[in-house]
Amino acid sequence: MITLSTVLRRYTSDVAIGPVDLEIPPGGITAMVGPNGAGKSTLLTMIGRLMGMDAGTITVGGLDVSNTPSKELAKKMSILRQENHFITRLTVRQLVGFGRYPHSQGRLTVDDERRISEAIDFLNLGDLETRYLDELSGGQRQRAYVAMVLAQDTEYVLLDEPLNNLDMQHSVQMMKHLKRAAVELGRTIVIVLHDINFAGHYADHICALKHGEIVAFGTPQEIMAPDTLSSIFNTPIDVIDGPRGLLACYY
Amino acid sequence: MTAHHTRTTSRLHADAAEAGIAPAPDSAQATRASAAGPDPAGPGLPGPGHTDHERADRRSTDRRSADRDRQSGPLPGRRAHKRYWLIFSALCVLAAAFTFGSLAYDNPMPVGSRGFWLIAEMRTTNLVVILIVAFCQAIATVAFQTVTNNRILTPSIMGFESLYRLVQTGAVFFIGATGLVALTGLWQFLLQIVLMVAFAAALYGWLLAGRSGNLQVTLLVGIVLGGGLGGLATFMQRLLTPSEFDILTARLIGSIANADTSYLGVSIGLAGVAGGLLWAKAGTLNVLSLGRDTAVNLGINHRRQLIIVLLLVSVLMAVSTALVGPMTFLGFLVAMIAYQLADTYDHRLVFPIAWLTGFVVLAGSHFVLKHVFYAEGAVGIIMEVVGGTFFLVYILRKGRL
Repeated sequence: MITLSTVLRRYTSDVAIGPVDLEIPPGGITAMVGPNGAGKSTLLTMIGRLMGMDAGTITVGGLDVSNTPSKELAKKMSILRQENHFITRLTVRQLVGFGRYPHSQGRLTVDDERRISEAIDFLNLGDLETRYLDELSGGQRQRAYVAMVLAQDTEYVLLDEPLNNLDMQHSVQMMKHLKRAAVELGRTIVIVLHDINFAGHYADHICALKHGEIVAFGTPQEIMAPDTLSSIFNTPIDVIDGPRGLLACYY
Repeated sequence: MTAHHTRTTSRLHADAAEAGIAPAPDSAQATRASAAGPDPAGPGLPGPGHTDHERADRRSTDRRSADRDRQSGPLPGRRAHKRYWLIFSALCVLAAAFTFGSLAYDNPMPVGSRGFWLIAEMRTTNLVVILIVAFCQAIATVAFQTVTNNRILTPSIMGFESLYRLVQTGAVFFIGATGLVALTGLWQFLLQIVLMVAFAAALYGWLLAGRSGNLQVTLLVGIVLGGGLGGLATFMQRLLTPSEFDILTARLIGSIANADTSYLGVSIGLAGVAGGLLWAKAGTLNVLSLGRDTAVNLGINHRRQLIIVLLLVSVLMAVSTALVGPMTFLGFLVAMIAYQLADTYDHRLVFPIAWLTGFVVLAGSHFVLKHVFYAEGAVGIIMEVVGGTFFLVYILRKGRL
């Protein structure tokens, strides 16, 4: 379980995130949605201890993120930012291998190698594992990054807009991979999404933010209602019962 | 199998893997089977069926042949291994050639005679200085570029050289030509190093330890301060008499001949400790090269490691600068070539190549200048010209910073 209590980060006197109180249940995918500037990514990076907070506490699986050693947290939780730029040339397998660093401190054991192979196979990157990252397409690279955090073998996985820059096909594949990771591997995945329909279809819980505050939290069935969505996104939204479930129409 | 035994075999395999040897099939299978047991640390890949020993066993047998090719290592594949060690040997041969050349070229005594070795011994000092400077500049620049996540920066722009210029100029300005003599001596040498490291420590500590600590701002302030100190030095130089200025100029151009034999022991000690610590941190540096966010995600205390690495870098740069004077582009040149030659992320493999490259470049240019152009003192100038040109070509060819 991820628990946030009175988490606050102040930017200027009238721009602030929080105070936020939130409990993200273990297991499944929790999607964070909301308009631009609502504080989705900020909240995620604060949970992932990449950014400090001005007040409040966050615990992930019982560990307080602000005073647990980073080393301990790295075995409990992994976080992937939106933009990843490396100065070194890495192959897919080398990148995924870095995911084992919290466990092996850079000296890969046979067990580490096995887990690296499994993470690569899990995301269907087997054929690409010897390729360099700069030779891959955006979608393949994104998959490689996700494979790295999966190889890290943590109970909690935080992903900041992993569908960014992916086309329809790759977005759907990515969400299916993540769903599989949640179900088959028992991971708790927290993900920032822009498209409410992806959240409605693949997530188990949706957390809606607006102006730095949580305005709704519930199952997709609860959140995917015209009034709720319209007020979250400041746009008239209809919800229709499509052939594959609820669908938000806002065009 | 006991847990301890498993760990030992795993470690053995890791070492074997590093040496490019595939693990022996039978023990590898045993390790894998036992490692596939219930994992208390967290959910394992690929989930529930995983605890089933029989299945794990069968799977590992199926995969055994495939796994032999699926090694992670810093050098992917057999060809990369071959290439790396070929380049490494070539550099060693070049280094040996220049070493022998420096000792034997123009040596009037027949090779092997007692007189030959006496003359050679006198020339060894230069080679030791080159070895130290190459080590300091190579390790410092590679580590600095890694933690700043930027491959066009060089630590020398962080004000070290300006400070050195200012101290040297100040001595001549206030005391006169004898001021440089006052700066000679082991304690004065140590004082200069302490001054430069203290300058760096104050800068990094002040800017990085604050809540809004930011590497970019730190670098910018370092460059601006360097510019300011350099300006002050230039101003004082304008007021010197021509003869004083002439004496000073000789000290301000990086030259192997600047080095005093009595400094060598201290220099080796300081460089060895700082460089050795960085070398021992190679694994951490590998993770730091992935950037702050990824490094934190992987459990690195980023700010602490950043400050430690920058301080060690400043010790290396201070030793090099106090020993031979400014060499702005040497580190950049060497690091750039070393990345191309080593072609790996692993600092354990980049460091030796960088050191060797530095030695070959420095010893080579020193040899050529001394014996072809009879201008031993000008290594620094050549370094700036060649390094600067290389820098421009690199940026223009790559098209981006």
